[in-house]
Amino acid sequence: MAGQTIFEKIWQRHVVASPAGEPTLIYIDMHLIHEVTSPQAFDGLRLANRSVRRPDRTLATADHNVPTDPPGTPIADPISRRQLEVLSENCVEFGVTLFPMGHENQGIVHVIGPELGVSQPGMTIVCGDSHTSTHGALGALAFGIGTSEVEHVLATQTLPQQKPKTMAVNVTGPVGPGVTAKDIALAIINRLGTGGGAGYVVEYRGAAIEALTMEGRMTLCNMSIEAGARAGLVAVDEATINYLRGRAAAPQGEQFETAAAEWRTLVSDPDATFDAEVTIDGSALTPALTWGTNPSQVISLTGTIPNPDDFADVAERDAAVRALEYMGLTPGTLVTDIPVDVVFIGSCTNSRIEDLRAAAEVIGDGHVAPGVRALIVPGSHRVKKQAEAEGLDQIFVRAGFEWREPGCSMCLGMNPDQLTPGQRSASTSNRNFEGRQGRGGRTHLVSPAVAAATALAGTFALPEVAR
Amino acid sequence: MKAVHILEGRAIPLERSDVDTDQIIPSDWLKRVERTGFGRGLFSEWRDEKSFVLNQPEYVGATILIAGPRFGTGSSREHAVWALMDYGFEAVIAPSFGDIFKNNSSKQGLVIVQLAAEDVAALTELVKGNPQLTLTIDVARATVEVAELNWQRTFALDPITRERLLNGWDDIGLSLRHESAIEAFEAAHQSGSIRGVFDDLGRVVHSNE
Ligand code: SF4
Repeated sequence: MAGQTIFEKIWQRHVVASPAGEPTLIYIDMHLIHEVTSPQAFDGLRLANRSVRRPDRTLATADHNVPTDPPGTPIADPISRRQLEVLSENCVEFGVTLFPMGHENQGIVHVIGPELGVSQPGMTIVCGDSHTSTHGALGALAFGIGTSEVEHVLATQTLPQQKPKTMAVNVTGPVGPGVTAKDIALAIINRLGTGGGAGYVVEYRGAAIEALTMEGRMTLCNMSIEAGARAGLVAVDEATINYLRGRAAAPQGEQFETAAAEWRTLVSDPDATFDAEVTIDGSALTPALTWGTNPSQVISLTGTIPNPDDFADVAERDAAVRALEYMGLTPGTLVTDIPVDVVFIGSCTNSRIEDLRAAAEVIGDGHVAPGVRALIVPGSHRVKKQAEAEGLDQIFVRAGFEWREPGCSMCLGMNPDQLTPGQRSASTSNRNFEGRQGRGGRTHLVSPAVAAATALAGTFALPEVAR
Repeated sequence: MKAVHILEGRAIPLERSDVDTDQIIPSDWLKRVERTGFGRGLFSEWRDEKSFVLNQPEYVGATILIAGPRFGTGSSREHAVWALMDYGFEAVIAPSFGDIFKNNSSKQGLVIVQLAAEDVAALTELVKGNPQLTLTIDVARATVEVAELNWQRTFALDPITRERLLNGWDDIGLSLRHESAIEAFEAAHQSGSIRGVFDDLGRVVHSNE
């Protein structure tokens, strides 16, 4: 028998039924919930008189809407407040564990899943959120679903799924100086395009990926959806096992060792084949940023803003013309000459402890440039606590950054942290869509290190390590 | 969900590629807890522009949207589908679509018509030439047709989506036909439950230590 990919191993272990001519019914091990995509699903359950089948495989947190003001500040927006209340009411009614705003375990859903050990290798994990692919970093099959599917999983703990195809993305190593997981992710999206991964589950492999920390792998898998992929994952290795050891919901003691032995089998067999394969030369990568309004529009920090005429493809050229207009940029401008108004370090892509350490290292004893608003928003209360224990908050505050409460914050314009029309940001989030960070806002996606260097310089800047 | 057999209506050409779900329904609209009323938020960042195609009188009342490649990429928000349908769209025609969007559409009965880029371009020109043209989408035959111009194309429609559209089937009901298989799976597959990990207040209790 031909070897299997990790994806195939996980898939096979979760098949509940495969009725002829219909999608396969697969079992869902863990269902993560947040306030935005769940209210209509709970409503559907109520209407059909159904219950949550497995509350012990369901976990809820508040993240998208929560303001990141100091604790105790009331939520000014009544509609946001209502949505958070509805989440609490639903969780009480249906018996689902919830981490509401301010709770010690609360945070962005894709930060808390791994950090609590709730997300584990070999699991099928879903959430009504496209960045669920993040959890693939642990060797899990994790993907985003819509609200009807949220309702479906709540009611049945299963999902009918067409089996996706597999793609291997090999990144050779070692990578160049200052190149982070974010830069690798941007390079991959640039190569595949925003639709290149559609229909695939991507397995990231190669020396550059093996060398990444778990946080780095989460950053990478997080952005799989930006290349259109259904999910992204990385093979289990000792880094995965060590990361999970001692985490709250991970098996403990002897049970952990038994589980770990099982998890170590979650690698693609040497003779496994993929439906598509892409190789990227890691040594050629540089710190990168997006210049346009979709995440495949990527250039090097040392580059210049491209000219639409450089694109052979007509649709890409048109997209470039519109993007440049929206972004208020002129072809040929040196990236490092472009001033920014706001720097945002946060989001489920880059708000983990390692991201904050990277930012703090770049900041050192520097100070935020005059006129720049700079925010650092930890991904969870646990990350916040850890950062404070390490004194990182002191570095940030002294340097002139705002050190805020956990949440999705400026990743999307659903809470008070927003760009105003025309403002330009260097952001560690994952989407540079028009208006994503607030109406008329102009977003450039970067790594935490580049964001920190940019905050100090006032224009896009390379951190010292990358020079 | 309502059964869909044949859709007949006028179309509106969006002529934009990479229309992501943030553009279809901006995140501000995601705070609502209801399933209705999202039509007002559809493309709301663009609706203020007088020249935006949805504001053109000749296209008022169109029920079929024609868009460029990669329509509905980005976030998983089903609100994008609710917004399109609440506004009055019954089908979207484009060369390609975001995966989750396509999936979400099939749950609500929004018909996704994927055609070759040149066919979408041709159809766009036909509609721009005469906004009053009637298009017919036949789900059973998976065709889109402009009868008066004798223009017809077939689109790919997987059998199960087709059956669901034609019968208006509820997915949950379909899956629950396999209740005994789900129970058997659960009996054999215990790991990964968080029972006992958190107390009623969500604090970690570590009962398994
Ligand atoms: S941080 Fe941004 S991308 Fe991540 S879950 Fe929140 S809104 Fe979505």
